[in-house]
Amino acid sequence: MAVMTGANTAGVDKEVVTQALNAELQDKGFLLTSAEDIINWARTGSLHWMTFGLACCAVEMMHTSMPRYDAERFGIAPRASPRQSDVMIVAGTLTNKMAPALRKVYDQMPEPRYVISMGSCANGGGYYHYSYSVVRGCDRVVPVDVYVPGCPPTAEALLYGLMQLQRKIRRTGTLVR
Amino acid sequence: MTEALNELGAQIEAKRPDCVVAWDVSFGELNIDVTPSNIAGLVEFLKSDQNCKFSSLVDITAVDYPERGKRFDVIYHFLSMYRNQRIRLRAAVREDEMVPSIVDVHPSANWFEREVYDMFGILFSGHPDLRRILTDYGFRGYPLRKDFPTTGYTEVRYDEAQKRVVYEPVKLVQEYRQFDFMSPWEGAEYILPGDEKKEGAN
Repeated sequence: MAVMTGANTAGVDKEVVTQALNAELQDKGFLLTSAEDIINWARTGSLHWMTFGLACCAVEMMHTSMPRYDAERFGIAPRASPRQSDVMIVAGTLTNKMAPALRKVYDQMPEPRYVISMGSCANGGGYYHYSYSVVRGCDRVVPVDVYVPGCPPTAEALLYGLMQLQRKIRRTGTLVR
Repeated sequence: MTEALNELGAQIEAKRPDCVVAWDVSFGELNIDVTPSNIAGLVEFLKSDQNCKFSSLVDITAVDYPERGKRFDVIYHFLSMYRNQRIRLRAAVREDEMVPSIVDVHPSANWFEREVYDMFGILFSGHPDLRRILTDYGFRGYPLRKDFPTTGYTEVRYDEAQKRVVYEPVKLVQEYRQFDFMSPWEGAEYILPGDEKKEGAN
């Protein structure tokens, strides 16, 4: 017997909403919305991530953008340059030697910027928490928005984390962080 | 296989009696104990001798035995692709002793020796560029020595005021705890339930 979680509702009927929008578009030829909504829509719809693959988590990060989970259907695509990306995924063990480089890359990203910490090592040191050479959580170096647990997290988990980030962006105001 | 290794060990000892202190074949592998000062000569011999031809250097590493006078064992692994043989050289060195570099014989030893220097603080004389290879810039101490604490001495964090990553002494929320009281390294007698008959059999 499965346990039901979440509200006992199917939500808004998307079919009806789409039809209403369609009718309005047919009628007037344009749609009205607030600037805030459209900026948020644009932001959540084209999250380009800065790939910061440091260890085995990077492989799962690659899987996220591969055909099975296909992050690009959410407008989420890998980007090799920090100057053109919105979100940085710290995937793997952050060492002391790498910490200044990570911060430098983060500083080069344009605002608004977000950070996803992926995997146990990036979240809090994980297996290497007591090591002499590992930073005990990448939040000591950069501010983190979403923590994805796992060792390594599955591609599905990372995708869920990315969608949680989209939700966070939608909920916080446009110009405020 | 063991027969061939025994033959090879005896042969090397006969040809270079000044280098070889002792040799044995254990777990199907040939180990030769060498005096540190003769390392370079023996490696050269092993590479050029027609019966050996140990032309590839697989690894250089070390082991720390804090209770010994000659504290470290520097260990060399070689592979002969011509004779399909492997060999291990072992040289015991004191903490203040230098080991001759074998970079002139095997150029690939360069980074291996840097790694051993980085992790154990063993100096190699004649190395062209002996500096740290893996640890952080300005790192202090030698991590693989037994007296080095696992957590080290410093940790990093980003300082909002100084706008850069700063180093601070380690502060742990919870001390490192060792739960493995039955570590095989301490030589514990494992008590296996239902295995009491083992004593009588031996």
